[in-house]
Amino acid sequence: MHRYILKRLLMLIPVLLGVAFIIFAIMDVAEGDPVYQIAGPDATEEQLEALREEMGLNGSLVERYFRYIFKLIRGDLGTSYVSKMDVMQLYLQRLPNTLKLASLAMVVAVLVSVPLGIVAAVNQNSLKDTISMILALLGLSMPNFWLGLLLMLLFSLKLGWFPSGGAEGFRSVVLPAVTVGVGLAALLTRTTRSSMLDVLRQDYLRTARAKGVPEKRVVFYHALRNALIPIITIFGVQFSNVLGGSVLAETVFAWPGVGRLVVDAIDQRDIPTVTGALIMTTMLVTLVNLLVDIVYAYVDPRIKAQYTK
Amino acid sequence: MESEKDRNVEQDILNIENLRVRFETEDGVVHAVNGIDLKLGYKKTLGLVGETGAGKTTTALAMLRLVPDPPGVVECDRLEIDGQDIRSISTAKLEQIRGKDISMIFQDPMTALNPVFTVGEQIAESIEIHEHVSKDEALKKAGDMLELVGIPRQRANEYPHQFSGGMKQRVVIAISLACNPKLLIADEPTTALDVTIQAQVLELMNELKEKYDTSMIMITHDLGIVAEVCDDVAVMYAGHIVEQGSLEEVYGETMHPYTEGLFNSLPNIKNRQAMLKPIHGLMPDPTNLPPGCPFAPRCNYATEECSKAVPALKSVGGTHKVACSRYDFDKDFLIDRRKK
Repeated sequence: MHRYILKRLLMLIPVLLGVAFIIFAIMDVAEGDPVYQIAGPDATEEQLEALREEMGLNGSLVERYFRYIFKLIRGDLGTSYVSKMDVMQLYLQRLPNTLKLASLAMVVAVLVSVPLGIVAAVNQNSLKDTISMILALLGLSMPNFWLGLLLMLLFSLKLGWFPSGGAEGFRSVVLPAVTVGVGLAALLTRTTRSSMLDVLRQDYLRTARAKGVPEKRVVFYHALRNALIPIITIFGVQFSNVLGGSVLAETVFAWPGVGRLVVDAIDQRDIPTVTGALIMTTMLVTLVNLLVDIVYAYVDPRIKAQYTK
Repeated sequence: MESEKDRNVEQDILNIENLRVRFETEDGVVHAVNGIDLKLGYKKTLGLVGETGAGKTTTALAMLRLVPDPPGVVECDRLEIDGQDIRSISTAKLEQIRGKDISMIFQDPMTALNPVFTVGEQIAESIEIHEHVSKDEALKKAGDMLELVGIPRQRANEYPHQFSGGMKQRVVIAISLACNPKLLIADEPTTALDVTIQAQVLELMNELKEKYDTSMIMITHDLGIVAEVCDDVAVMYAGHIVEQGSLEEVYGETMHPYTEGLFNSLPNIKNRQAMLKPIHGLMPDPTNLPPGCPFAPRCNYATEECSKAVPALKSVGGTHKVACSRYDFDKDFLIDRRKK
């Protein structure tokens, strides 16, 4: 198992290099020439060339890529065109907020979806099932920002329980987390339901019942443990997504997260910030994927056996 | 002698009257079990014999109230196991009975074990639930159970996928015997196994049954197994019992054409050149049973009368009962097997 983890960690290096190159190349195609924007229309060819040299924009794509990578290894993501601040610093300022929002949103999503999905599966085709599935459909089709605004209207403006924006204290994260979490819960509910339905048909549950295992334990211990793999998979994908930022919720609640950082940077054609933030997000996502694969092994011994082969 | 017989009647471990199970599906109602009576004395073994789809497993599941509902609907006039009325007890009480008083060995060891728990945990769970001991104690006893079925106790920490089919069946047996049940229902315990392993598993079950004074219902389509382990036999066809009695009665004085057909389908060891005589045709569709005797369409002796009414199970002496209309309106009727 340890060897497997080590192997996977080493495999992260080529993955990150590849992803970095793709991001780098896309930004290169998309950017136009930022030197024109900064120097203005009246700049001479010599001035432009000097500026290019200064900003590290001279040379071929591959040359610039390797220059970037060597800086990246030292933790240097370059300087923002707009704020002239260190990109790594900009990112790290936002990261704790994003981690906070993402984690709490996932907690909300799991707390809503797993019980709902289990109830739906256990009572398949009953009223409870229908209600759960309608709720899931609602969560899936409701625009995130709209839900956010509704929550804000009720809980901030009417009741005054939670602040309507900003990132001060625990209370400010509740509404954005619920907003994001409810949206994610929809897919997770459906996944839980279908995975549980699959498992509930299995013979080994009949064995458990025949042993005298109480029905609750049959469902929550014997069945759920077997239904976890697809749930964890979707959880991992969704967690990766929100680690990249939840732009709509962040915008509605003025939440200073990574999503807004990237979107604002795109608006301002702040290439180093976009590239840097995306590469850092990629790193996080690959780490989450690795974590998910490790969790698989602890949930299902058959997967663990494959890893150690 | 007479009084002892009476006492035994009083103390049947299993007493079922008029058990009916149907599955109400969208495609129609499947009549899986159609009014059967079963009785079994303590320490006795009953062989429940019949083709696939005859309703043997459904009967067994009904005894544990494990028929999935919906779509299953179970009705019966009496369902008593060890003096307890299984129909009316609470779910909590039922959970105490399952695995402790009655336990079941399932047909397919490949799917009967939970893939994410160790075999030790799966055996220990039953002990933990019913004997209210600590997890460590239960695991220790689970190790004993593994040794009892011939698996080294060190393997308790392994998962089902690390075991072969025969080993898994031994684990399933260990689970079902973990709390010394009074009644063990073995649903084709050897069907999924190699012939060589079959004999081992059967021998093991016989040994354990003797050791713990367990009563047993052996569900099988293998008449050889029945001859080896059973005291009584009930032959099922399309959800009906067509012939019932002691092993000697059913094997020695076979009455029902279907039972005869089952015997004729066995290879003849004395005459290896002899052709098998299979029962032609298929079991009737349980959603659409024929009006008369369900076996009539495949029966060599059937007359027009046979397809008019379902024959009742009638006593023909001793404990021997048979459900065949031919005996009703033809005093001299006898199947070929008996004539020889």
